[in-house]
Amino acid sequence: MSEEIVLSIFRGDAAGGQEVEYRVPLTPGMVVLDAVHQVQAHQAQDLAVRWNCKAAHCGSCGAEINGRPKLLCKTRLDDYVGETVHIRPMQTFPIIKDLVADVSWNYEVAKKVPAFQPAVPVPFQMQQFDVDRIQEFHHCIECFLCQDVCHVLRDHNAKDQYFGPRFMVKMAEFEMHPRDGGDRVPMLAHEAGLNMCNVTKCCTEVCPQHIRITDNAIIPLKERVADQYWDPLRALFKKKKAPAATEQSVQG
Amino acid sequence: MASEQFATLESHQYDVLVIGSGGAGLRAAVQAASSGVKVGIIGKSLLGKAHTVMAEGGVAASLGNLDPWDGWETHFYDTMRSGHFINNYQMVELFAKEAAERVLELEEWGAVFDRTPEGKIMQRPFGAHTFRRLAHIGDRTGMELLRTLQYKAISQDITVHQEVTITKLLLDGDGRIAGALAYYRSTGKFVLFRAKAIVLATGGWGKIYKVTSNSWESTGDGASLAFRAGAELMDMEMVQFHPTGMVWPPGVRGLLVTEGVRGEGGLLYNSEGDRFMLKYDPERKELSSRDVVARSIFKEVQAGRGTPHGGAWLDITHKGPEFIKRKLPGMYEQYLTLADVDITKEKFEVAPTCHYTMGGVRVEAESCATNIPGLFAAGEVACGLHGANRLGGNSLADLLVFGRRAGDGALEYVQDHTSLPQVSESDVEQEMNRVLKPFSVSNGENPYLLHEQLQEIMSDHAGIVRDGPMLEDGLAKLTDLQIRAQNVGVTGSRVYNPGWHAVFEVQSMLTLAELIVRGALARKESRGAHWRTDYPDELSEVGQWNYVQDLDGDAVRVREVAVPSMPPELSQLFDRGVAPGVYASQQQAKEK
Repeated sequence: MSEEIVLSIFRGDAAGGQEVEYRVPLTPGMVVLDAVHQVQAHQAQDLAVRWNCKAAHCGSCGAEINGRPKLLCKTRLDDYVGETVHIRPMQTFPIIKDLVADVSWNYEVAKKVPAFQPAVPVPFQMQQFDVDRIQEFHHCIECFLCQDVCHVLRDHNAKDQYFGPRFMVKMAEFEMHPRDGGDRVPMLAHEAGLNMCNVTKCCTEVCPQHIRITDNAIIPLKERVADQYWDPLRALFKKKKAPAATEQSVQG
Repeated sequence: MASEQFATLESHQYDVLVIGSGGAGLRAAVQAASSGVKVGIIGKSLLGKAHTVMAEGGVAASLGNLDPWDGWETHFYDTMRSGHFINNYQMVELFAKEAAERVLELEEWGAVFDRTPEGKIMQRPFGAHTFRRLAHIGDRTGMELLRTLQYKAISQDITVHQEVTITKLLLDGDGRIAGALAYYRSTGKFVLFRAKAIVLATGGWGKIYKVTSNSWESTGDGASLAFRAGAELMDMEMVQFHPTGMVWPPGVRGLLVTEGVRGEGGLLYNSEGDRFMLKYDPERKELSSRDVVARSIFKEVQAGRGTPHGGAWLDITHKGPEFIKRKLPGMYEQYLTLADVDITKEKFEVAPTCHYTMGGVRVEAESCATNIPGLFAAGEVACGLHGANRLGGNSLADLLVFGRRAGDGALEYVQDHTSLPQVSESDVEQEMNRVLKPFSVSNGENPYLLHEQLQEIMSDHAGIVRDGPMLEDGLAKLTDLQIRAQNVGVTGSRVYNPGWHAVFEVQSMLTLAELIVRGALARKESRGAHWRTDYPDELSEVGQWNYVQDLDGDAVRVREVAVPSMPPELSQLFDRGVAPGVYASQQQAKEK
């Protein structure tokens, strides 16, 4: 009686594989992850999928649905009525098995991000107005869909030259913190590879948390790099004094 | 499948090994690493994905930023009262005194809390907290806490092992903790961890129930491993049902609706439009304690006044779209994308959902030490702080306070126990054979379906409402299921095989489910989250006991152990009939 949905799920590992079709009864409000779980419980016990919260809080279940990077837990099946739903793992990272990609590179990059360096002791005095713009960056769930879609990483595999959008957001979070005393601009200009980004905004488009990665994190960081390294006036004064402290809207 | 050899096993050695990479585990690891010992941390999933991310409303600490009359005594008072006085008062005292400092420490490490107009950390009201107490970041406080600790941990010298399942805790010949056998989920390969001390921070077991707000990880592996190794578990009957989970559509049933909705002014109505909390708790209304609100919704539904899908209406539209989107952005998004409901424009359905397990491994208050030498426990896996009902916001503060204390406890222990204990080769080889056995069972039981049946049994027999015969039936059904589970079989290879992983989770949950039911049978009264219709009253003669369970050979032993009694300077806080902070403010008003 109930409607069926046809899923075509990639099965395989680094040695290869192909999509396999499964049929699953459709229930109201069902998301893709529900359907994958149905397949696991009744048709393919060993089907590998990564997930934790099923509430779009943890960012574990990123994959590619009909070619688009998405969270399996937040993608409704009623958006695909009459279509076969093709599900594949994120393509920018090596595959482990089925829908599970090896995202360990991201954790290696994370270690390189210099920690928050408080310039004054806690408790901080900060206005909501001052923290609004960095709180946006704190919405990141580290699903790595932005890393998956970024063409620097995906098409050019330049993982040795660019940290990727996720870590631009992370560095922006610390760099724009009103009480941070660190300076990450040299790292952004060099090792982190900020200049590799040519602002196509693909990362912003796929962000399930709607973080305006390009506009609010990457471009302001590029401005800081430009200020410090390419500003002709500053270059003139550079010889006379050390670079000015990062601008802050509230003084500690 | 050929058995594997001890000699060729991958092995790691640590001074302090932390099992669990949620808030408590990370805080413990950060603490232990601060003094230069070798620290490893093991997570069942990727770093930063633990169930801590699901905590929404806030972290409770008596900073007093909005209500200066708040202080540790009032936080202590609220926590003991809501725990119905079977809490370990020593834990509650340490907790209430240290929570504020732990929150400020997070700010120092980069967490960015919402602000008051004066620029301090904002605090919101929450159920059964006398004052506005929950520091928060919109409705995603747990994520902020976890992410902050995650980046703090990786900036220190801590080795992180991700996606690792522990199958057994290993003891040496003297009964001291010696390590753990595990396998990598991605490859299925075994790995041996040897350690001088272990901190368990593996969370709760909310996945035992069908309707639950818990993520897949909450299968109680740590509590079950500890129990099998000889640890004492306590207050296992105490399972919190959060009043407000999502109800519709079916796929999201149980998903948490933060208490912050009521904290920010949301009101509950039944199908007849009555604001029923005025009847059940006229004083605290929607912000009564969770056990009371959950039972009230349950009773309204039982009386035929439920919503179309069997819940209550929650309405916050009167606060306006701008306010709602600012203070509850996650809830707004969650209902819009998953349920097609715009909570700024319409009321929405909610019903109780399994949320938290107050019971767990019995620990010593100061150091979080268990009865097994070298084994410590902190966070939801441990027991004692919350008593019969946990207050909202107290779990995040629990992770910080006792995560740190467990890290310190383990440190102190390894300073006194400098040798690395021996693990027994035969224990390890026997365990490897056990873990691989499901691959050689043909036509065995399906672990996913065993889990579903376990959830049915526990929801029907040991849920929000209980009685003797219902629990006895449940125990019989659990025993049958435990026998069937011995014949579980899996297909496929050892490489990232969720069916195989599920085998050990189901085993853990079956162990703990039995303890929940046995504890519930033993506690012949109603107290906090434990509601028995055959013993509907809270009884002072029963309230003097904690029910402690451990293994006696292969049998489960249930014992009554006296609840620690408060010294006079603490017990007198409860003699005035009002919270200490309220009393102090009244006294000052009188003097004026």
